Amino acid sequence: MSEKHVGRPLLRKEDPRLLRGDGRYLDDLGRHALAAAFVRSPVAHARITDIDVGDALDVEGLVAIYTHEDLPGRIAEPLPLLIPHPDLTHARTPYCLADGEVNHVGEAVVMVVATDRYLAEDAAERIQVTYQELPPVVGIDQARAAERLVHDEIPGNVAARSVQENGKGDAHEAIAAAPHRLTLDLAIERSASMPMEGKGVLAHWDADDRTLRVHTSTQTSTSVRLAVAAKLGLPPDRVEVIAPDVGGGFGVKIVHPWPEEILVPWAAMTLGRDVKWVEDRREHFISSAHERGQQQRIEVGFDGSGRLHGLSVEIWHDNGAYVPYGIIVPIVTSTQLLGPYKVGAYRVEFTSLYTNTVIVTPYRGAGRPQGVFAMERTMDAIAEHLGLDRLAVREANLIRPEEMPYDQGLVFQDGRPLIYDSGDYPTMMRMIRDLVGWDGFEAERAAAAAEGRRIGIGVAAYVEGTGMGPYEGAHVKVETTGEIVVSTGITTQGQGHYTTLAQIAADALGVGVGDVTVVTGDTRRFKYAVGTFASRAIVTSGNAVAVAAGKVAEKAKRIAAAALGGGVRAEELELADGVVRHRDDPARSIELRTVAVLSNPLRYAFDEAAKAATQFAAAVTAGDEPGLEATGYYMPERSTFAAGAHGVVVETDPETADIKILRYCVVHDCGVVVNPRIVEGQVHGGVAQGIGGALYERIVYDDAGQLVNASYMDFLIPFATEVPHIQTAHMVTASGVNPLGLKGAGEAGVIPTSAAVASAIEDAERDRAVVVRRMPISPSELYELRKGRVHV
Amino acid sequence: MTEQRHQVTVAVNGVARRAEVPARRLLADFLRADLGLTGTHLGCEHGVCGACTVLLDGAPVRSCLMFAVSADGHDVTTVEGCREPAGDLGPVQQAFLECHGLQCGFCTPGFITTITAYLEENPKPTEEEAREAIGGNLCRCTGYQNIVAAVLRAAELKREREAPHE
Repeated sequence: MSEKHVGRPLLRKEDPRLLRGDGRYLDDLGRHALAAAFVRSPVAHARITDIDVGDALDVEGLVAIYTHEDLPGRIAEPLPLLIPHPDLTHARTPYCLADGEVNHVGEAVVMVVATDRYLAEDAAERIQVTYQELPPVVGIDQARAAERLVHDEIPGNVAARSVQENGKGDAHEAIAAAPHRLTLDLAIERSASMPMEGKGVLAHWDADDRTLRVHTSTQTSTSVRLAVAAKLGLPPDRVEVIAPDVGGGFGVKIVHPWPEEILVPWAAMTLGRDVKWVEDRREHFISSAHERGQQQRIEVGFDGSGRLHGLSVEIWHDNGAYVPYGIIVPIVTSTQLLGPYKVGAYRVEFTSLYTNTVIVTPYRGAGRPQGVFAMERTMDAIAEHLGLDRLAVREANLIRPEEMPYDQGLVFQDGRPLIYDSGDYPTMMRMIRDLVGWDGFEAERAAAAAEGRRIGIGVAAYVEGTGMGPYEGAHVKVETTGEIVVSTGITTQGQGHYTTLAQIAADALGVGVGDVTVVTGDTRRFKYAVGTFASRAIVTSGNAVAVAAGKVAEKAKRIAAAALGGGVRAEELELADGVVRHRDDPARSIELRTVAVLSNPLRYAFDEAAKAATQFAAAVTAGDEPGLEATGYYMPERSTFAAGAHGVVVETDPETADIKILRYCVVHDCGVVVNPRIVEGQVHGGVAQGIGGALYERIVYDDAGQLVNASYMDFLIPFATEVPHIQTAHMVTASGVNPLGLKGAGEAGVIPTSAAVASAIEDAERDRAVVVRRMPISPSELYELRKGRVHV
Repeated sequence: MTEQRHQVTVAVNGVARRAEVPARRLLADFLRADLGLTGTHLGCEHGVCGACTVLLDGAPVRSCLMFAVSADGHDVTTVEGCREPAGDLGPVQQAFLECHGLQCGFCTPGFITTITAYLEENPKPTEEEAREAIGGNLCRCTGYQNIVAAVLRAAELKREREAPHE
């Protein structure tokens, strides 16, 4: 057999194109399209009393101006609630253009179309909107106090209240009966995905064919297609949606349809001209989604060894002005909070609250960093309370490998039971202990102290549900040239799917990765898909590719057996090195591309290859469909659970409270690894975002609801100088729920970073009894904590 | 209200390119929209992220912070011009491929141009110098570790390719 491709650190097939500057991102398309720009609300909460477009009308190149009044039919209605939930009792979604009221700075009010973007912005600047301001609700404290309301008709600013218990008894009783008890109040601030490429939409209406083609920088082209068709009243088969090269997503581009994804296609149909909108960075800050942003109260009861008897968690989640993506983030927090631990009786209650700020939807990690922060801060607090080693407390609570599959007794974000399929958490914790140098750390601390330096160490662990359903699919075709074309509906934003999916297909078909071309996110090529989010793409689409390629291999064997003749049976054949051959007698073989020719019996010989397949020459298997191709789907029964642990050593400056990461270590288990080079890259990128969330990145609103740091000058994404070298170690516990044994890897790196860094800072500062209860933390905040001031 | 247009001539990747543009047209928009060189990307349009970095007479500049008219008469190198003359990947591009120095690829052109200029200045950087050299460009995908490795690998490749052949 040929050497397998899965498991090898192959170079990425997509890179040469991107490196030459030949990528095709959204704004690289539609060079002659009209340009759209938006007038967005400058205030957080107001009624719109007047829109005066008079001054804009003589701007050269102006084509159209649209307000809510101009929108017909369903386009004038609110955008869909994508993920309804029984506990989401008071859902509000935004309009494409504000209908008389704005609820956050940045909400779109007027759309302008002109011959280029400069002119569209000229016109937008001249449009006068009169606002009657209303008092805004900013931050969780104001939302909880409910002295002001975001939406008049929604009492208490509460979108949803949800309670889950794990069926292991009453948590409050278990806590009350436990030998020891603690209460912690925690907070995590807002951050955002911030892909380097913002959103963008290009629409082309073919009036003759009555077909709409939409390019959008999205994480789900198939669902945008259905949403656009529904809003514009078109049959879905008249709508094509393509995600071109996408410059990062990290969650924000899974939300859809964004107002612009409806308005730009509608304008293109209305005007009969191509229309394009490309988001600028300020627009991205004030109108695309944010995440994180929670307050938590934790009550825990435990025994003298640190073993948990009961855990009760209350979460207040800031969902922003609207909830188009439902309450997925707090559901993920409240379930994934449990990590690799058994917590005894568990009760979690979350309240999802409206504020006059940008919507909150999943950003890489999607609620898990908050949950892990809660759990791991709790573990550290227990260790401190009992005077025990922090790792010993964690180890006392770990789920053992022999307890797998382990039912946590909750309902996960996919509506399925939260059952961990596989994992070896004790080994994982031993590995991180060794990698970060836990056991030798006191000597290291003493050596640093002798130099007047203070250092600290921290570890945090997580479990991540990945690869959720409902399904993904793929179409695999062998061309008569021998090229294999794999088409799948998932989208790609840099995760290397053109390579990893090719590795899976190549193994199933006995060809080289170079023979395989992968197409993603193009509804013209594959219509049925869910999307790329929740660390699901390689699990769901990878297994679907394996199913489809497996069907193609079986078909190739049937046709080859007939062609080879001499009593050869399909079961005796194998695919390797680009041929279908007899297992015991490899000389009896036929090229795969010839099989592709034979698979399509022809009447007309239009070229040399076709000649071999004409009706007087071809060996055709009766009953088969023409073409050496097949479609396959994978529908997971439930999520598969990846896990990991991070260890970090920090140094805090005794004078300035500057915080420096000296060492960052990762133990990572994502099941069977398709491409270790790519997985490692995913981990690095996640950790960098985690470090941003721990030390630098925060979205800051003032009391008026103005986002005061809406630029890269002020929202501090780490540069290379802020991200340390990351040491990684991998372990493999194959997934128990899918044939390839895969678990997702995309979000892992970001999940436990804030928790690990908080632990390390607290450890470095233990002489000064600093207690870290919220993240991110800046040097000035640490400085204040040292003085015993409360961190607010 | 008609904007006055100005004749601009810029030598882009060694080829003289001419266009008539308004005074306010950014160099980045000139390259992308007027010349069709879409390899240069705009990440923030306020000079921080570095995705739009091009070389002006060999030195890195943010093409989002410069007007096309200001580049009149100058040489500009974009990521498209960092290939080998025959079109193969240049040493920095090749190093990014080998080191997995890119994921989504959107910020990459700005890194390629920045590093190309840096290696002219410092052909044999240490790891620490390599990290410092890319310290003005944002990447949201990679965590930079593989980009640092790519800087070191590019230096090697460049030396190999420039070594006199026997």
